[in-house]
Parts: sequence; C-alpha cells; structure tokens
Amino acid sequence: MVNEEENYVINIQNLSFQYGTRAVLDNINLKVKEGAFLGLVGPNGSGKSTLIKCILGLLQPTKGEIRLFNQSLSKFKQWDKIGFVSQKASSFNTGFPASVFEVVSMGLFGKVGLFRFLTKQHKEKVREAIELVGMTEYMKQNIGELSGGQQQRVFIARALVSDPQLLILDEPTVGVDIKSVNNFYAMLSQLNKKGITLLLVTHDVSGMTDHVTAVACLNKHLHFHGNTKDFEDNHRLSAFHGQEVHILAHNHEKRGQ
Amino acid sequence: MEMISVFLQYEFLQNAFFSGIMVGFLAPILGVFLVVRRLSLIADALSHVTLSGIAFSLLLGKHVLFFATLNPLYLGIAFSVAGALLIEQLRTVYKTYQELSIPIILSGGIGLGVVFISLADGFNTDLFNYLFGSVIAVTRSDLWTITIITVAVTALLIIFYKELFFLSFDEEQAIVSGVNKRLVHLIFIIMVALVIASSMRIVGILLVSSLMTLPVAASMRIAKGFKQMFLFAILFGQLSVIIGLISAYHLNLAPGGTIVMTAVIILLITIIIKRNR
Repeated sequence: MVNEEENYVINIQNLSFQYGTRAVLDNINLKVKEGAFLGLVGPNGSGKSTLIKCILGLLQPTKGEIRLFNQSLSKFKQWDKIGFVSQKASSFNTGFPASVFEVVSMGLFGKVGLFRFLTKQHKEKVREAIELVGMTEYMKQNIGELSGGQQQRVFIARALVSDPQLLILDEPTVGVDIKSVNNFYAMLSQLNKKGITLLLVTHDVSGMTDHVTAVACLNKHLHFHGNTKDFEDNHRLSAFHGQEVHILAHNHEKRGQ
Repeated sequence: MEMISVFLQYEFLQNAFFSGIMVGFLAPILGVFLVVRRLSLIADALSHVTLSGIAFSLLLGKHVLFFATLNPLYLGIAFSVAGALLIEQLRTVYKTYQELSIPIILSGGIGLGVVFISLADGFNTDLFNYLFGSVIAVTRSDLWTITIITVAVTALLIIFYKELFFLSFDEEQAIVSGVNKRLVHLIFIIMVALVIASSMRIVGILLVSSLMTLPVAASMRIAKGFKQMFLFAILFGQLSVIIGLISAYHLNLAPGGTIVMTAVIILLITIIIKRNR
C-alpha cells in the first residue's frame, strides 16, 4: 500500500498559515526522507517556529496538508516516534524543582500511557539516555542548577529516551557557548548516523553546514531545498557580498514576490 | 498521658484530629502543583466560592427543613466545584489574560456569600467556625466526607501524576507527547475544589489557601527534585496541622490561626537555614 515514492518522514504540501490576516507561511512544500539531516534556516520572524508548531499539531494550518510517517496529521497518533527539543529559554521555568532524572523520564510518559507507571526497564532507558548525552554525574541535580548547554543536553536526552525516529530541534543552540555548540552538532551527527532523521531549525548558518545533509531556507516561502554542497556554493556567493544570512534572505524575498 | 485519655473520651477531638491529618496531607500535595503552575490564587478564589455555598445552605436551613438537617459542607462542595468549572470557562474567554478569571470568581464568590449571610440575618457562631476553623465543630459526617474525598483524590493523583507533572513542567512538550491537557487540567481543578471544601472545616475558609501554599513554599527551599517537594510539603503540612490543633485546643483559639502561624514559622526556619548555608 505504501508507495516507495511516498516514503517520507515529513511530507508537507501547499501549506499556508496566517495569524489573523498576516500570512506567516505561504505555500510551503517540504519533503524529508528517512535518515536525512535537514537544516532549516531563516532570519528571525521568518515563520520557522510556526512551521514546527504546524508539524507538531500545536497550530492548525490555514491551508495545505502535512503527513508524518505517511499518515495524515489529523490521524497521526504515534507521537512517541517524534522527539522535540524546543527553544530552551521560552519553554520552561528554570526554578522548577525537578531533577535531571525526572525531566528525562517525562519523555517516556506519552509512551507509557495513562493508568500505567514507569517500570524498571523504563528507568534503565532513562539512565541510558542520560549517559548518551554525557550527563550521568548530574542525574540527581535540579535542572535549574545546570548551565544552558547542560540543560540542552538534558532536553535532548528527554527527546531521545522514547527512541524516536524523527528528532525536531527548534533553535537548540540559543544561549549555548561556542564550544558546547560544536560538541552539540557532533552529537547530532552521531545520532543521524544511527538512523535517526533530524530536522534542525536555526538562524545560525555557521557551524551547521558541516553536519547536515540538506538545507532549506524559509522566509514566508520555502526557497532552497537541496544538498549541502549546493547550499555552500550559494552561501559562499552571498558571503562574498557581505553579511551572509541577511543577503540570503533578501535575495529570496525579491525572488518570491 | 492526660491528653490521650481526653482524646479517647471526646469524639469531637477525634473528628478534628483525623480530619486535620487528612487535610494536612492533601492540601500540600495539590499545593505543589498549584505553586509550580503559578495558580496559587485559585485556592483563594475557590475558598470564597465555598463560603457562598455554605452561607446559602445555612440560609436555606432557616426556611426549608431539609436543609436544616443537611451538612452545609455538601452545598459548599457543590459551589466550589461549580466555581472551578467557571474559572476554566473564563480562562478560554480571556485568552491573553487568563489570570483575570481568578479575581472575577473570587469577588463573585464573596459577594454572593455576603448577600446570603445578610439574608440569613447576619453572623452567628456557625459561620465564624467556617471562616476560621474549629476544633469542636467537626462532626462525624464531616469526617466521613473528608475521608471519601481523601481516598478519591489520592487515587486520582496516583493515576494522573505523570501527566500533571509533565504539564506543569512544560506544557507544549506535554501536549506534543500526547497528554490531554484539557482533561487533565479539568480533573485537577475539580480535585482542588474538593480539597478546599474539605480543608475549610479545620483551617477555615480564609486560611485554606495558606495550607496549600506555605508548606510548599518551605519545601521549595530545600527539596532536590520533584518527589522531594512532595515529601517535605506533606511533612510541613502535618507538623503545622498537628501542632496547630493541639495548641488551639489548649489555648482555646481558632485552629485556623494556630495552624497557619505554625506553617509561617516553619517557612521562616527554612529560609533562615538556607541563607546560613
């Protein structure tokens, strides 16, 4: 039944989204193959987070269709296949008294389901996920006591603990120092090699291109969607003119209108 | 020794003590979720709504025989749950100013209560006991009601612990992993309404919210992790209720005051200890 051609982890067709009368996303088409590592870049306010929220079902698109794992979003129920790491600063209050172990175990709640409890195996999985991101020694510490980079590792562990096949990261490196960012990207590459499909959303182009397998640019319209080599050629060209991201975005806007 | 024999002799002391233990257990637990979700004021709003329910029951009792024999707590509980549902409804009306629903219900509750009290011909000792709690006014019927609520709420908390924890920590992520936010929140706020109505016999309407927030505020200073938050909050809640009830009995004071002052002292101690470290 599943057509070979249609075997995409994410398949977005003619997607538009409006806040009131303001169009934020206009006719977006995006396909992400299994095993891909897609970088989605765009300036602030370009609709990146809106697109992610549409994919996760947190916002209803005005037009168009989203399919996840070859299933229409409205019927999609296997949310444990998807791990999501949101912009760190906005999504939780740092004073919350929860230990690293407790935070990571939340990633299993959807899978465990109502009326059931975490078993020994689940707890073992939590420990493994914490070890994978190198945070074992902080397991019992409160999340608020950690540095930005460490917190982000914990949130990755939470997203990974349910063995997702797709990992979506929304600006995961905001507020994380350069050295941690490099380690972070290296870790993502490793996960990708293990077969996890990755969608990385960022406004920071540098540092990302070495790791991703494809890049898409978003500024209301989706402009570029190809392999990293094409993007880097394009990127070099615009860098030649001066500021990289801005020029890139600028060109697109003209072409789009 | 003398205390124990007095305790065994008088039923009202047993009622107060056992009700107090249960309330000192439930209120801080729900308080943890209220505090971390920044909803502490909901407790105040619902307690005032409970007051209007009780005043209404006392008023009806003057005119209708059925209500004269009915425990006023029942109508209090009904009002409290209705108030909780109203708050939820108002939160969807004021999407960008959700906290507005709390003062609206709070003032509506107290306003309605005052009207009922005036109609019922002013204050009496009954009402005083409901406002500030009482060691002697807790009946067997109250004790049974509180027991049933304790069992039900504890069971619900065990069932929905994961979901409540996740929603409190990070709402967006919780929804993405498939937690039904509306359902869980509705069940939670009904639990809060039930616990407030049952706590009111011991600490009184005006002080119910402090039993939900002060032990939690103290626990927050020293707890490592979410589970410890509960352990310390329950410990402090129990200490406050037991010390408060005993001193209220001996000093002939309303227990609401002594319980809350004990909780305040515990809170101050935790603040001082943490600062000196």
